[in-house]
Amino acid sequence: MWRGRSWAVGARSMSSWWSNVEPAPKDPILGVTEAYLADPSPDKVNVGVGAYRDDNGKPVVLECVREAERRIAGNLNMEYLPMGGSNKMIEESLKLAYGEDSEFIKDRRIAAVQSLSGTGACRLFADFQKRFLPDSQIYIPVPTWANHHNIWRDARVPQQTFHYYHPESRGLDFAALMEDIKNAPNGSFFLLHACAHNPTGVDPSEEQWREISHLFRVKNHFPFFDMAYQGFASGDPERDAKAIRIFLEDGHLIGCAQSYAKNMGLYGQRVGCLSILCEDEMQAVAVKSQLQQIARPMYSNPPVHGSLIVLIILSDPDLKSLWLKEVKVMADRIIGMRKALRENLEKLGSPLSWEHITNQSSYSLEKCKEDCGDGNVNVISEIGMFCYSGMTPEQVDRLTNEFHIYMTRNGRISMAGVTTGNVTYLANAIHEVTKST
Amino acid sequence: MISGSYQMTGCDLTLVSIPERKSLLLKGTATHGIGLPMTEHRKLVALQDAAGCHSPQLFKGVAGDLIARKIPSFLRLDRMASSVAPLALCASAVAIRENSKAFGRVSMAVAVNVSRFESVTMAPPDPILGVSEAFKADTSDAKLNLGVGAYRTEELQPYVLNVVRKAENLMLERGENKEYLPIEGLAAFNKVTADLLFGANNTVIQEGKVATVQSLSGTGSLRLAAAFIQRYFLDAKVLISSPTWGNHKNIFNDARVPWSEYRYYDPRTVGLDFDGMLADIKAAPDGSFVLLHGCAHNPTGIDPTPEQWNKLADIIQDKNHIPFFDVAYQGFASGSLDTDAYSVRLFVERGLELLVAQSYSKNLGLYAERIGAINVVCSSSDAAARVKSQLKRLARPMYSNPPVHGARIVANVVGDATLFNEWKQEMELMAGRIKNVRQRLFDYLSQKDKSGKDWSFILKQIGMFSFTGLNKAQSEHMTNKWHVYMTKDGRISLAGLSLSKCEYLADAIIDSFHNVG
Repeated sequence: MWRGRSWAVGARSMSSWWSNVEPAPKDPILGVTEAYLADPSPDKVNVGVGAYRDDNGKPVVLECVREAERRIAGNLNMEYLPMGGSNKMIEESLKLAYGEDSEFIKDRRIAAVQSLSGTGACRLFADFQKRFLPDSQIYIPVPTWANHHNIWRDARVPQQTFHYYHPESRGLDFAALMEDIKNAPNGSFFLLHACAHNPTGVDPSEEQWREISHLFRVKNHFPFFDMAYQGFASGDPERDAKAIRIFLEDGHLIGCAQSYAKNMGLYGQRVGCLSILCEDEMQAVAVKSQLQQIARPMYSNPPVHGSLIVLIILSDPDLKSLWLKEVKVMADRIIGMRKALRENLEKLGSPLSWEHITNQSSYSLEKCKEDCGDGNVNVISEIGMFCYSGMTPEQVDRLTNEFHIYMTRNGRISMAGVTTGNVTYLANAIHEVTKST
Repeated sequence: MISGSYQMTGCDLTLVSIPERKSLLLKGTATHGIGLPMTEHRKLVALQDAAGCHSPQLFKGVAGDLIARKIPSFLRLDRMASSVAPLALCASAVAIRENSKAFGRVSMAVAVNVSRFESVTMAPPDPILGVSEAFKADTSDAKLNLGVGAYRTEELQPYVLNVVRKAENLMLERGENKEYLPIEGLAAFNKVTADLLFGANNTVIQEGKVATVQSLSGTGSLRLAAAFIQRYFLDAKVLISSPTWGNHKNIFNDARVPWSEYRYYDPRTVGLDFDGMLADIKAAPDGSFVLLHGCAHNPTGIDPTPEQWNKLADIIQDKNHIPFFDVAYQGFASGSLDTDAYSVRLFVERGLELLVAQSYSKNLGLYAERIGAINVVCSSSDAAARVKSQLKRLARPMYSNPPVHGARIVANVVGDATLFNEWKQEMELMAGRIKNVRQRLFDYLSQKDKSGKDWSFILKQIGMFSFTGLNKAQSEHMTNKWHVYMTKDGRISLAGLSLSKCEYLADAIIDSFHNVG
């Protein structure tokens, strides 16, 4: 289709518009799975991304989810959800996070919208924070899920960090944490992991949460909870929401991001919920309307399929009780793998301490102080999907190159990827690269 | 003169907040007073923050009297500023006796439970959603909802395509897992989508020059593209048609990409103001992005002819503009998927680099699944790879990876020869119904309107929508008198119209057009 004009004009496209577009760095977490998939070795192990696997290393679709899908199939229609998503699903989500009989739900004080899983919830909140409190910052724990930094950065909210992990003891650096909370200007915004901290697996004890909450009251800080693992951490969703409940009792007006990616295995469905507790119903309505305004030019309204699954499961007592059983099975398998990994490493005579791997949920602050004789000490126990091994990036690279074991370079091991079939291999490999430490 | 020292060692303070959120009540009781007779006045006065600074800008109050020990007095404080919550309040009490004062002070940290989002006002209702809500509330039997941009059957019911049902059953049988998709989405989906838009044999596809990233339907695709423009083309502007889909402006605003409008709709002809369009595109700075509706322009239903598309391509090429297509109705406009891709393929053939935001909401009826894609046609496969990587980087802090369900449906339908053919037939049926409805409406209008007005624009327009030429007052009349729900710009959605209602609608339009200002 040649026209009577100089092709040199169209030749503008030879020096492309996109010439200044550089290749983006690989995502540190999702890039691991890409590399794993490309590896032909039969021994390869993926302990990178936080997606649950059964003991055969296979992804799991929960029975309750399959049943919910059967009920959805041949369904009604696919009309647009409202911008804020499915109100019924939202209400069930709030019950999970705030409590079945929460007065805040009854009083309609919670502004809540369905979100694109945990990421979407955090992003909506970050954009909302930027829009209505443009001078505010966000305090983010060190370390945290890598994407937290991306989210608040792309929302153009300046970031500060606060101490969290204590590498030497492999536990919580509680004293430094409290110091940072105290030194932050009054009224600062803090990002807290409600349970099963990612990537360290180290959570404050109940007593520590109470102290944190009290200091937050004095400083009038805003607590924003990222709860991606409710049910997954201890096996009991009520227990995993303890931190949030403590803050609510203390009168905080919290924000909360919830995700169903892990605890219902709905990873690819992208379903979650963002909620903000307000002073009263009127304010909650206003805040929700503004959250919708932010969602609209991002994706108009959220996807329906996952939210239907969640709604059906949570609103049917039999399905909900099946779900609770299945969540406990997943959590228990992880706890079992933690024990196995630790035992293997100790049997190999590793020079390092691997006590932190296992969940010692009854290990209280008092007992810890008693054991360690140190007033400042941290609770040494881990919970949830991840184990912070303390390995260096170089050691991790060796694991990948020599042993075809894939994990993020910060040394985070996704316990969900550990099976009875590979735990010995994994332990041997870890021992190999760390024994001369 | 008060002899001796005065000590006020106790003062219970309780904060009671008043429902309007504008006031606080401080209840104070003097519990101890040493060396001071009970009859002396003790006043509960103003507040200081934890640092000891008066905060008159936060609260304004009148001192209350602490009359006697253990009898509480109240101090009501009206909040003046709402931006920052007070931190801790110190209540001061002053003892006054015979015009002299002794001062005692008691501090109490009373953390005030004031929301940080006090200043958040109610957002305006959505101009399109509001229509459906009003429609639902209307009790009249004659009511007609022509606001919704969603396809309805002749019985005015939502429609799930047969091919979609089949695909979902297949998926249910296979029992596939729900793992995360990669950030760029389902590979099979991306492939069939690019093939559908550009044609599987297109050179740009064969040579790997297209970066395709699955995204959250049309909105999500536009938003990713806008974010990409903002990051890499900091000074560039997007030119959008006047009028255009309402959410376009929101998207570019939130992405902080400047935009301006080019003339498009000519109310005199109820047609395309092509000269105005060309002139405005020519006048824009070189290297602007030009947002074009690939087919079935929303809201007008007025598309350029093939000749006009060619002229547009000439101008855009001359100005080194970047074409940015919004393709939300492929297949829905003419009934043919290939015909509706004409404009996009023309520009690709010219060798232009361009963007295409694409959606399956309407043509596969997958509205709520949020399935679409952003496609960037580049001059080399290397550029395409780099662009794709940066689009992923923008998506990750937005939603990490896209939802899987809709993508699988599309991959199963579009990627399977049998289902694809069935889909084409269903597509023709849906577009055909709209064409029939247009014809019937036109027939009634011509027949019933004795004024000689030319209603043929209804037939010339294409797609789901029609711009009737009714103004705001006339559109409101349509609703108020005739219970016909539409948007105030005069747009009606023919997808919500049945053949049996065409006569009623014609009557309503004729009445509104001629009898209202």
